[in-house]
Amino acid sequence: MSSYALPRPSGARTAVAIAATVWFFGASFGLVAQAAGMGAVAPVVMSATTFAGSAQFAVSSILGASGGTIAAITAAVLLNARYVPISISVASLFHGPRLRRLAESQLIVDESWALSSRGDGRFDRRVLLGAGILLYLAWMSGTIVGVVAGDALGDPTDLGLDGAFPALFLALLLPQLRTRTAVLAAVLGGAIAFVLIPFTPAGTPIVAASAACLLGLRRRA
Amino acid sequence: MSDVWLVVLVVGVATIAFKATGPVLLGARRLPDPVSGVVSLLAPVLLAALVVTQTVGGDNELVFDARLAGVGAGAAAAAARAPLPVIVIVAALATALARVLF
Repeated sequence: MSSYALPRPSGARTAVAIAATVWFFGASFGLVAQAAGMGAVAPVVMSATTFAGSAQFAVSSILGASGGTIAAITAAVLLNARYVPISISVASLFHGPRLRRLAESQLIVDESWALSSRGDGRFDRRVLLGAGILLYLAWMSGTIVGVVAGDALGDPTDLGLDGAFPALFLALLLPQLRTRTAVLAAVLGGAIAFVLIPFTPAGTPIVAASAACLLGLRRRA
Repeated sequence: MSDVWLVVLVVGVATIAFKATGPVLLGARRLPDPVSGVVSLLAPVLLAALVVTQTVGGDNELVFDARLAGVGAGAAAAAARAPLPVIVIVAALATALARVLF
């Protein structure tokens, strides 16, 4: 539809800007997780294994409010269920032995995935893995600093960093809108998410929105 | 095992499995045409859903706050064909500014 295309050379610089933002949120997570009674080691182990901000923040806020183990697990699992459709969208980038694919797939996170999208429905393996490693290091080191010295840092929302992520996703959505079907699917997916936000647990709106992809069964416009 | 470690373990294992779904179960296998038509729409659909949930998503409610200003400013920067890092920084600045002002 539009001829909008990402200027490729800015890919690495964008990854660095996003990594800096992610670092701040990692530090914020380390701080609030410790304040929520998770101790110093568990938040770091969680960042290393889960590596997904929204679910980790949900866990720390539920445990901090004595919301219970089951509630914390349920919220986080629902929030991260979106990684099923997200990982399916980039499945073709992964080759080789199963164990290697398993290890590399852990570098999939919203931002590395979004940055690796090329606008034509395809994804760039080098960007996905490169940005994934950078973001992983940022998230881990941020968490450690947050656990150790989180008080010294400000709240990332004071810096407006929470507004940076949706803008990034929007900027990466625009070049995707090249066909009528893609536009329809994006609008439908966004509408499904919007309508479900007040009525379903966090995470569910994104998973439900992926039903809009079924428009791809129609003949191409 | 304490409750905290139980949560860390279960959520960690579940998330690792979620992220591995496509790469491990499908990998580079070629998909039948109708399926690949559906899969190729995942990028625009999930990006749109992420934009919506991260702009107005709250704790089981729609929240219209400073993030809207950030996304609006980011959209304007994108329309002006600003490079991605600039879009991201403009969005953060606009969000911070709106938060101070309102």
